[in-house]
Amino acid sequence: MQLRQLAVCAIVFFTAGLAVASFAGFREFIPGLLEGAWVTVQITLGGCLLAVVMALVAAMAKMYGPLPLRWLAVAYIEVFRGTSALVQLFWLFFVLPHFGVNLGPMTVAIAALGLNVGAYGAEVVRGAVNAVPRGQWEASVALNMSRPLALRRIILPQAFVAMIPPWGNLFIELLKATALVSLITISDLAFKAQQMNQTTFRTVEIFTIVLIVYLAISVLITVGTRTLETFAARGIARGR
Amino acid sequence: MFWDWNYVWEITPALLRASLVTIQATLLGFALAATLGLVLAIMRMSRTSWISVPTAGFVEFIRSTPVLIQIFFIFFVFPEFGIVLPAMTAGVIALGLHYGSYCSEVYRAGLENVPRGQWEAATALNLSPYITFRDIIIPQAIPPVVPALGNYLVALFKETPLLSAIAVLELMQTAKILGSQSFRYVEPITLVGGFFLVMSLVAAAFIRQVEAWLNRSLRNPGGER
Repeated sequence: MQLRQLAVCAIVFFTAGLAVASFAGFREFIPGLLEGAWVTVQITLGGCLLAVVMALVAAMAKMYGPLPLRWLAVAYIEVFRGTSALVQLFWLFFVLPHFGVNLGPMTVAIAALGLNVGAYGAEVVRGAVNAVPRGQWEASVALNMSRPLALRRIILPQAFVAMIPPWGNLFIELLKATALVSLITISDLAFKAQQMNQTTFRTVEIFTIVLIVYLAISVLITVGTRTLETFAARGIARGR
Repeated sequence: MFWDWNYVWEITPALLRASLVTIQATLLGFALAATLGLVLAIMRMSRTSWISVPTAGFVEFIRSTPVLIQIFFIFFVFPEFGIVLPAMTAGVIALGLHYGSYCSEVYRAGLENVPRGQWEAATALNLSPYITFRDIIIPQAIPPVVPALGNYLVALFKETPLLSAIAVLELMQTAKILGSQSFRYVEPITLVGGFFLVMSLVAAAFIRQVEAWLNRSLRNPGGER
């Protein structure tokens, strides 16, 4: 199955390569698109980092925090899962300045996407932690471990393995959501595409290339998470 | 003064009218997604690799590229080939296509869960493949995946603000216009956020109800499961 997908991707890349080689005048807009792609990659990386941190914090607060903290975590998760990413982005970009909080567009982009995906991630973390067998908790109690210590040393490392595949999906979701930041004046790949489209009118080539660049980045993410998955699973297998 | 209630009452009617466009786009988009998803699922499960492999590639491609770019693609690139679509139609098609490819995976899971014996029994009863599909397989495959489809309905609903990028006058676009007229963005955008939150929570509760109902009715089905 995976092999077939890779084969399909390979065909897509090959055709894209042919197109790049044969179409004339690509020099006009390729550098611009690459600049945009770099911004997209930066936002994706920053967003992923924030998402993982937020997800861990929110999941821990929801599961083990004291009551007010638990409510806060639930509110965070529900609000960010219940509203559109674009609305959140606009809210942070247009509304926060009215409260005297002025963040740069880049910060807003990373914050909005990280918080949005983090809320989905919190549920992933919670699911993975709950999936660790109860006996592991009981064994750590028997070994006289404190709860935080058991969580850190015993539970989370095992939950980590179960978390990787859904996180891979979330990272791809985040990558796709980065296209939204073009609407708050950041010159990412989607923004550059529109800009180049308005100056060169090579609509077909530009948007096709942009789609392929996004595809390439998401294939990279898939390959990355799959590699991480095999590594992590190997560690656990040895531990048992 | 951060929050002006008078302004809120002033803009509410405009936002409510715009929310109808949002809901319309959601329903049309999902109708397209649900239909297209089933077609894609069946094509992907086809035994002819000339059909299944390109379909799989298409689904994976759609799933790993941003909806926004797909919307732009349909809106800006299709006219180059002589297909000029109004913004709303282009948006609905893009959303339907994107979520159709997600739905196809859901349908596929449902179809693969129908026991092989059902196909064999249908062959033994001399039913044509079409009848088998329509009367035997689909009725068993669809109900278990309804909650998953519902989740994608909510997800699609939350993606409709993207249509503002091609100037469809839905909620987000209206809020932005209202904001630019009065230079007050706090109320319109917060109201839009609130609207989405309320609708999503209501939809999620509704899906949980459907799920519970389905679980109850699937526990004692007529056939083998």
